Amino acid sequence: MPVFYGVPVESPLMLGTAQYPSPAILAQAFQVSGAGIATVSLRREQGGGQDFWALIRGLQTRILPNTAGCHTVKEAVTTAHMAREVFETNWIKLEVIGHADTLQPDVFGLIEAARILTEDGFAVFPYCTEDLTVCARLQEVGCQVLMPWGAPIGSGLGLNNPYGLRSLRAHFPDAPLVIDAGIGLPSHAAQAMEMGFDAVLMNSAVAQAGDPVAMARAMAQAIEAGRLAYGADPMGARDMAAPSTPVLGKAFLA
Amino acid sequence: MRRVRILGAGVMGLAIATELTARGHQVELVDPAPEPGAHSCSWWAGGMLAPWCEGASAPEAVERLGAGALDWWAQHTGLVQRKGTLVVAQTRDQAELARFARRSRRHQTLNGGGIAALEPDLQGRFPSALFFEDEGHLAPRAALIELRRRLCAKGVTVHAAAPETQAQIIDARGLAARDSLPDLRGVRGEMLVLRCPDVTLHRPVRLLHPRIPLYIVPRGDGIFMLGATMIESDRRGGVTARSVLELLSAAYALHPAFAEAEVLEMGADARPAFPDNLPRLRRQGATLFVNGLYRHGFLLSPAMAEMVAAHLESGISPEFMHPDSINEVSA
Repeated sequence: MPVFYGVPVESPLMLGTAQYPSPAILAQAFQVSGAGIATVSLRREQGGGQDFWALIRGLQTRILPNTAGCHTVKEAVTTAHMAREVFETNWIKLEVIGHADTLQPDVFGLIEAARILTEDGFAVFPYCTEDLTVCARLQEVGCQVLMPWGAPIGSGLGLNNPYGLRSLRAHFPDAPLVIDAGIGLPSHAAQAMEMGFDAVLMNSAVAQAGDPVAMARAMAQAIEAGRLAYGADPMGARDMAAPSTPVLGKAFLA
Repeated sequence: MRRVRILGAGVMGLAIATELTARGHQVELVDPAPEPGAHSCSWWAGGMLAPWCEGASAPEAVERLGAGALDWWAQHTGLVQRKGTLVVAQTRDQAELARFARRSRRHQTLNGGGIAALEPDLQGRFPSALFFEDEGHLAPRAALIELRRRLCAKGVTVHAAAPETQAQIIDARGLAARDSLPDLRGVRGEMLVLRCPDVTLHRPVRLLHPRIPLYIVPRGDGIFMLGATMIESDRRGGVTARSVLELLSAAYALHPAFAEAEVLEMGADARPAFPDNLPRLRRQGATLFVNGLYRHGFLLSPAMAEMVAAHLESGISPEFMHPDSINEVSA
């Protein structure tokens, strides 16, 4: 199971808390999936979100507040400080959005905000791309966890760049790596775990399914399958057919 | 006949008063602001009577209980327009339209020609649409005022403070009842009112979008209501710049002429909701609470009012009675 900043987490499934049909369905999704971490946003809810945040605290799941909706370093840093007070945690999922349509991270602002927050005692979980250089810079400023996207937030496209993600895994063998964003199907989540990622974070794929509770369970099972498969050392694909029972001596011409 | 005192003269309180008065009970209303107005969250409602559209994302009960709302409002206000709902999405968001179609009932799919036949101003703007023919809409403020007018004409009184006399208390105060209902929370909604004589629409239009869903409800005379955000916050203050930007951008995507509209009004309030976003009757001592109508105040208040009446008259525990209250009643 993943260990983030020295803290073991009970499940590699990390679930967002936005866009569910109701808080009751959200709570059921967490219950059936056994998600190890709940992410929660504060930017748009500030000034009146206390009731909803109390419901999130009631999930009895470790909380990772995020800076969703922040487009500048200053906004992200301010939101992180607010999150630390509201949820009494130094964990922060750092998002600095760089592009209004694709919501891809502003990696320059991200590195700067990560540096400021790390120096201020935060444990930063940066939402980044699979770029090796960006990830190295994030590590240099103190990020012990990296959260590359699979695809743009909310797109459900899955893992857009499997080569890049494999390469990232190979270059950062010791860092906890989390696929954050882009998951649409359980097969996407399983694929990420089969590639050796430590955890998968998703929100829309569960919350916007017709039956979010059933989808949360499906995701948890896919992630468990992928995790076991990675540990089991998959055989790997090959071109030559290799029958699992011998054909010699069989009356295959009969 | 029972003597009933209803706390709160928003949409829920007025609907209960109407239902009980029609059944011959003696009713009085108590509200510190006795005229319908900006203090109640129903003042900011869209007034869409759209149970089948709501069914795309709401629990099954919303569709079932809301189906009778059109007849109820037509009977008690005469203000219902039965022209259906049109649901569209931009070309790049057709997947949203397909998903909405899968998750809802009682719609037909229209092509561009079908859209133009219903709403000529949308000609050529969208490749396809869903038409929910059986739905309707009303102007919420006019409907609240009309309910109150008819009640007063039947001798129902509205007090600023509760009289001393004995009566069955029904608490329909919305979010103000949080002092007694700790699991009630506020869900913020923001809306705009525009005047745009350049655009004519005959029915509510919903524009689906992955991030910024919009509905536009025509109020007549070139006036349109745009709504509404859903934010997990109970802040009631002014509309945020982001929400204005998003709502207006979506309206502009629906029809570019909205860019020249005059902004008449911007408003925000918090809808009362329980954790499952479904309404509930709850008995605490002698008081019957009715609350949690969330974004379905006009759609579900008739059904809830009928449940209240049935409960008072026959003692039965209706479908949306809170379980704790059932135990209390049977004990």
